[in-house]
Amino acid sequence: MALDPSFVGRSYPPTEPYAVGREKIREFADAIGADEPAYRDPAVAAALGHPDVIAPPTFPVVVTMAANQALIDDPALGLDYSRVVHGDQRFAYVRPVRAGDRLVCVSTVEEIMSRGGHDFLTTRTEVATDAGERVVTVWSRLVVRGEG
Amino acid sequence: MVHVGQDLAPQTYRVTRADLVRYAGASGDFNPIHWNDRTAVAVGLPGVIAHGMFTMALAARAVTAWAGDPGAVIEYGVRFTKPVVVPDDDHGAEVVVAGVVRAVDEGVAQIDLTVTCSGEKVLAQARAKIRL
Repeated sequence: MALDPSFVGRSYPPTEPYAVGREKIREFADAIGADEPAYRDPAVAAALGHPDVIAPPTFPVVVTMAANQALIDDPALGLDYSRVVHGDQRFAYVRPVRAGDRLVCVSTVEEIMSRGGHDFLTTRTEVATDAGERVVTVWSRLVVRGEG
Repeated sequence: MVHVGQDLAPQTYRVTRADLVRYAGASGDFNPIHWNDRTAVAVGLPGVIAHGMFTMALAARAVTAWAGDPGAVIEYGVRFTKPVVVPDDDHGAEVVVAGVVRAVDEGVAQIDLTVTCSGEKVLAQARAKIRL
């Protein structure tokens, strides 16, 4: 196996808070072609019970991908990024991300395994506000394709 | 009334190179395999492919359209099985998203999604849980 299995269980220090803004949410929603008014209009979001505009379900990757960079770039892990493909992605939401959130990520290596000549790396990122309110848990599994 | 076996109206989303460039900028994922043929071919791909997270976002659109409130999504996961190859033309690729209510339990509906491109499944185990 190319990946160092001793990384399982390792956590990385909390990231600097990411300030979620209305215009970033709008930009992301535009980019995925999502026209729901709850992504753009605070009054519509409020009518649905949200204190400000909310972000689309996959928006948290904007912060978690950056949070996982320290791990991916760690030379001791032995990950050849040119051979990486995205395997699985999962989100479990406490509530949607919304404008005004200051998000902090803590990433942990949940699993490293080898199967069929490929290596698999699963990370879990806990996304919370800087006040400690849990928002979403994000799992990402990368596949490192074997040389064969 | 939501019931098991209920279908989500199938949605077709067109994906062009311009969409990938825009998604790269909005998401911060600038991996060149999503915009540069030279790089994509060099790593063994048939050509530029869509970000997996872009395809996942399109599939979520079908779910949130059905749910009404995008904030009602409490869980969402997929496995990426095949890349969505996006040709360098005006037509691009077409991603088709269909779904069915697989279970309803304690106010939560589980939606199973079928996501295809050119007739081939590009996502597997694509599932969302919606608070009703």
